[in-house]
Amino acid sequence: MTDTLSISLAPSQSEKFRTRVLPFLIMAAVLVVIPLTGPSRTTYSLLNAIGINMVFALSYNMLLGRAGLLSFGHAVYFGLGGYAAMHAMQAIETGTGLWSIFPVFALPLVGFAGGALAGAVIGWPSCRRAGIPFAMISLGLAELVAAAGFMFTSLFGGEEGVSGDRMNGPELFGLSLGPINEVYWFIAAWTLIGTVAMFAFTRTPLGKMGEAVRDNPERVEFVGYDPQRVRYLIFIFAGGFAGLAGGMAAVNYEIFTPETLSVIPSGFVLLMAYVGGIRYFAGPMLGAVLLTYMQSNLSDFTEAWLLYLGLLFMMIVMFAPSGLAGVLVSISQGLQSPDRRDILGRWARYAAGALLAFTGIVITIEVAVRESSGFGEVFEPFGFALAPDNPVTWLLALGLVGAGGWVMRSSGSDKEEASS
Amino acid sequence: MNYLKSLVAAAVLATCSISVSSADTLKIGYIDPLSGHFALAGDTGLKHFRYAADRINEAGGAGGMTVEIVPFDNKVNPKESLVQLQKAIDQGIRYIVQGNGSSVASALIDAINKHNKRNPGEEVLFLNYAAVDPAFTNDRCSFWHFRFDADADMKMAAMTDWLAKQDDIKKVYILGQDYSFGKAVANAAVTMIAEKRPDIEIVGNELHPLGKVKDFTPYVQKMMTSDADAVITGNWGQDMTLLIKAASAAGHNVPYLTYYGGGLGAVATMGEGAIGLVKQITEFHQNIDTSEEQVANMDRFQERYGTDYYYQRVFTLMEMFDKAVDEVGENDPVKVAFALAGMEHETPYGPVSMREDNHQLIQPLFISTFSDDVSRTLEGTAFGFTTDPDGNINGDATRTATTCQMERPS
Amino acid sequence: METFFFSLLNGVIYGLLLFMLSSGLTLIFSMMGVLNFAHASFYMLGAYFAYTIGSVTGFWIALFLAPILVGLAGAGVERWGLRKVHTNGHLAELLFTFGLAYLIDELVKIIWGKIPVPYEIPAALDFPLFTLFGAQYPAYRIFMLVVSIAMLAGLWFLLKRTRAGLIIQAALTHPHMVGHLGHNVPRVFMIVFGFGCALAGLAGVIGGNYLVTEPAMALSIGPIVFVVVVVGGMGSLEGAFIASLLIGLLQTFAISIDTTFAEIFAFTGLSPLSDLGRISIASLAPMLPFLLLVLVLMIRPRGLMGEREI
Repeated sequence: MTDTLSISLAPSQSEKFRTRVLPFLIMAAVLVVIPLTGPSRTTYSLLNAIGINMVFALSYNMLLGRAGLLSFGHAVYFGLGGYAAMHAMQAIETGTGLWSIFPVFALPLVGFAGGALAGAVIGWPSCRRAGIPFAMISLGLAELVAAAGFMFTSLFGGEEGVSGDRMNGPELFGLSLGPINEVYWFIAAWTLIGTVAMFAFTRTPLGKMGEAVRDNPERVEFVGYDPQRVRYLIFIFAGGFAGLAGGMAAVNYEIFTPETLSVIPSGFVLLMAYVGGIRYFAGPMLGAVLLTYMQSNLSDFTEAWLLYLGLLFMMIVMFAPSGLAGVLVSISQGLQSPDRRDILGRWARYAAGALLAFTGIVITIEVAVRESSGFGEVFEPFGFALAPDNPVTWLLALGLVGAGGWVMRSSGSDKEEASS
Repeated sequence: MNYLKSLVAAAVLATCSISVSSADTLKIGYIDPLSGHFALAGDTGLKHFRYAADRINEAGGAGGMTVEIVPFDNKVNPKESLVQLQKAIDQGIRYIVQGNGSSVASALIDAINKHNKRNPGEEVLFLNYAAVDPAFTNDRCSFWHFRFDADADMKMAAMTDWLAKQDDIKKVYILGQDYSFGKAVANAAVTMIAEKRPDIEIVGNELHPLGKVKDFTPYVQKMMTSDADAVITGNWGQDMTLLIKAASAAGHNVPYLTYYGGGLGAVATMGEGAIGLVKQITEFHQNIDTSEEQVANMDRFQERYGTDYYYQRVFTLMEMFDKAVDEVGENDPVKVAFALAGMEHETPYGPVSMREDNHQLIQPLFISTFSDDVSRTLEGTAFGFTTDPDGNINGDATRTATTCQMERPS
Repeated sequence: METFFFSLLNGVIYGLLLFMLSSGLTLIFSMMGVLNFAHASFYMLGAYFAYTIGSVTGFWIALFLAPILVGLAGAGVERWGLRKVHTNGHLAELLFTFGLAYLIDELVKIIWGKIPVPYEIPAALDFPLFTLFGAQYPAYRIFMLVVSIAMLAGLWFLLKRTRAGLIIQAALTHPHMVGHLGHNVPRVFMIVFGFGCALAGLAGVIGGNYLVTEPAMALSIGPIVFVVVVVGGMGSLEGAFIASLLIGLLQTFAISIDTTFAEIFAFTGLSPLSDLGRISIASLAPMLPFLLLVLVLMIRPRGLMGEREI
């Protein structure tokens, strides 16, 4: 680690550009380049889901990462925003009054308004507390809203939800929004807008106060701010951005169902944000990419994908509390440090050990899952049949875990020696 | 080195077999939960579909093509189902089967309608084996959707036919889950009872939140206070088993007319207390009189998968599909759909037919009672279902009027 | 009168079942400050262990053995998992147990299958104890009542009247002082966590056959347990007891009220056919605890009996 303290504490113009503008330019460039590679419709639908989840996870991190508020009910705002957008989409279809000139492209704004309104109503009682009471209130409210979602058929459409058709109303930018590659542009645009807006929010005085409230609410009070009020305002914005993601989802899927409001998606967004890394702005985006992919594609390979998800999450909590983003940052720092050869060697060994152990665990899980689900399949990685009644299977799994553990331990002890 | 060789060989073999088989395979996309808390239903369905496909393939395949079931895990989430649907379509799959959750079925119907409209020449058919919202074959009916299970109204029609013959039942209590299906059951029960047995008094009509009640004793207490002679419930899963447990513990000995009394896992959890108490209305249970061939078939299935034979309608679906493809002779969903509409078919449990006007299968239904005196038992217990004396309901009795105005491709 | 009496009895028994479920969670929270999201998963493990052990040895041995095994599993989790996370603060601990709940859910499905297991009430207790106004009262419910009261008494005695209990309580408020006195504080924590899990396991043994033993049982019981703990006041055993009874009674009595919103708010002209008007108090009953949770946290955030605000 080199000492980067310079005389002027303010960042230079070039540094400002590098840290605050360049990443978004790169992101925009990536978003533009993706369609040039000619992705399939499956890839498009996955990308669209990722975009929605990115905005959703970022909005969640406004609470957890930035303001230190652990919520178990963030899907409520995603869902209510989405429902608002869905009803607006139906109004566009019937073309009554003002809605006849409202483009579907702008529906996420309706979602934002819906989510923010819900946040303003629900946030008022819940933001009076922080910490665990806040978490518990969010859980209770999520249960209440989810139950209401099934009860109030006229608003939430019952089990089958509300559906609409996005190919109505005035077209914007020449996008009919019919084919999925046109929807991609819609999602890409709003993902970028949402990301930039949420990043800009962290730069506002309110965003800064949020971090202060997270770290030391007492001192915030001493300097004349009301922590409750700060939390409340941030909560409204977080709800709004979640609603924005909901509006994007409404256009992408053209359907909204009540289980979107439930605690299960609320838990999933928590996993996305935390796995990605709540201390970094881009962390939740990483988490969104990984977990959306896992959800939609890992299930093709293994029915135990939830088990892997649980394992991944626990590993992150135990060994990398700053998430994937934290791991990436420390790797890049390692690459820049003068004794990088040692560090990288140690990491490589550690990673090799982890990979060995992980392979052993995967074999155990896959063999067990296949035996348990009773389809009569045998786990055959690379053509090797690993039958559950074959001792070789278990010896292999155990051996891999043992060897991996030993390699990890030995490289770990190196680390201790190095640090001492 | 040897290892490497075999690895390469395996990889080459794998790619070869894929490219060879794709030419003359007929892929069916199975979109249902294979992970999470509804995986039991999805797993069981998949086993039935695989078994049915194997039977068709042994007999020479559908229209000479090998039938393959490709599973997609939708986690009973409508949005995720749409992603999986896209995956299936991109893999060249033109036939989708699904059953768990009317929310998913509704999303799929919508999406497939839109897809077929936006992508002519690439049509997709949806064969629904268990989602029972009546709307799918009424207001929201679609040329691309076929349903092989009796919908909630049809089952209620059958149930009330049976009820009309039970002169000792004078008071009925209706309990359901507070969502679309529970409400549909309650409404159908109220109107149909008023029609067929105006003398029956409905002493209670109640809904409770879905999956939130742990102790049903207070509800049972209310039923007892109301002197109900029978209870009608559309409850499924835990809401059903807990209700029956509470009823048997309180000694509430009246018939419980259920839709899902024999649902997966229900038999094992309800246990002895449900004997004589639980009745169900289904298209199939294992103790209906049938041919020896069918009995052997059930045994083979159970031996292979270690699971009870449960979805007869999956076999009906696959057999009719097979027949339609044979008739058409090619993999063309539009022609297959026309062939399916109006098709008549003989099953081990009687004749069935696919209505042309709304694509709803008409099949015989059976009212059966939970019993310990049965030849075929379920879920490793000593219990099973046995058909009631008046329990054979002719398919035509379940033919309900439809509001469907179907748009057919020209 | 009949309804009243029944609701009272049913409410008390349901409340006591809730207390059994939540006492372990309260204990762990009050001692360690960890809000254990996997608590309901340990409850599930208790039921499954009891089913497996019971099918070999019978119910009564399983009644003792299963909670002990669950307790050992809990202690293991604390020793090799939670302790590592402890330095990262309570949020990390909470999230760790959140992930653990996913893991246990999936493991249970792999080991015992996805289909519910036929875990039944022991034959010795499967008879109607007495008949009241025409309804039978099963002996097992009274057995549950006895076990939960014994549990409350035992816990109270252990914490307030034994030396071990005093050390545990001291370790909560003054961990360093207790450490200086020569007690192994991490071990105290491990024992407390294991013990709390064992209590959840016991609830599983008793509740698993009364309710349903299936992989989703943890998810379905989880949220209500938090309601009890929070309403009672985080970390207060007496509070959890009172809250359990309160919730049990509230829910049971509400079910017997058929009044709909349309009737209550008739003066506003609310139609009984509208979505809001058709809802009756009875159909809302299972949601009342969550409403109570939100209200309590807003009005009296330390709960009914909590000694401090969380």
